[in-house]
Amino acid sequence: MSTQTLEPEVAAAPQPAANAPEPITRVSIICSKGTLDMAYPGLVLANAARMSGIEATLFFTFWGLDLVTEKTVDRLHVSTVGNPSMPFPTMLGGLPGMEALASSMMKKEIAKLEIPTIREMLKDLSDAGAHLYACRMAMDMFHRTKADLVPEVEDVISAMDFYDKSAGAQIIFI
Amino acid sequence: MPTRDYAGRTVRTNEEGFLVDAHEWTREVGEAIAREAGVWPLTDAHWKVIDFCRADAEREGASPGLRRIAKTSGVDMKALYQLFPKGPGKLAARIAGLPKPQGCV
Repeated sequence: MSTQTLEPEVAAAPQPAANAPEPITRVSIICSKGTLDMAYPGLVLANAARMSGIEATLFFTFWGLDLVTEKTVDRLHVSTVGNPSMPFPTMLGGLPGMEALASSMMKKEIAKLEIPTIREMLKDLSDAGAHLYACRMAMDMFHRTKADLVPEVEDVISAMDFYDKSAGAQIIFI
Repeated sequence: MPTRDYAGRTVRTNEEGFLVDAHEWTREVGEAIAREAGVWPLTDAHWKVIDFCRADAEREGASPGLRRIAKTSGVDMKALYQLFPKGPGKLAARIAGLPKPQGCV
């Protein structure tokens, strides 16, 4: 095919309706929870953003730091206590081994659906050009240093830095 | 249902510009969609991804998700984002004449 035959297609590109809402171009996602079930939503949303060509920034704070800490990233658990969605009485959720059981069941389901592990998702996100940051205050609270974190974390930043890096972004808190 | 003219062919698309019937796709149609989407010029690496997507969709009956493409096409995640900087998740499928992938990873 020649360039000539392709030229008219450029003019035929679909134009959004004049009153169509502005598409999202940037998202900043705050991950503040350290359970397996609360780890995925932020990472999946960030990944979906990148796959759609939307810029994505992730800010890990408080228990969310566990998602990016070497010692904990592969050992995240589902919470069986205080989780009303668990299909058994809350009291049973506190029995020894229940949390491990629920976590291993969820991990099996995740693997079955070919959903990557948290560690794999962090690698994918980094390869996809998402920006990962850890919260300085939470790092100090938990006595962690950058060396304790997975290599995908670019920097340890303050809440004010987070806003600077989030200019023009939609902010999602998880 | 909207139709669009690509490389002298009229094809049916949905509102987002994805082909409704993958059989209406030709390589020339793919090139015209790529050009329209700002993925231009198409290199051998782009075609490796596009050909993989079409073959995989033919086998599996659904558009491959990005992670699947990165793991099995021979083009890794970083390269996919270099090839389709405006969003490889949707663009690879659209240029390949396939539906928008249903998966989230």
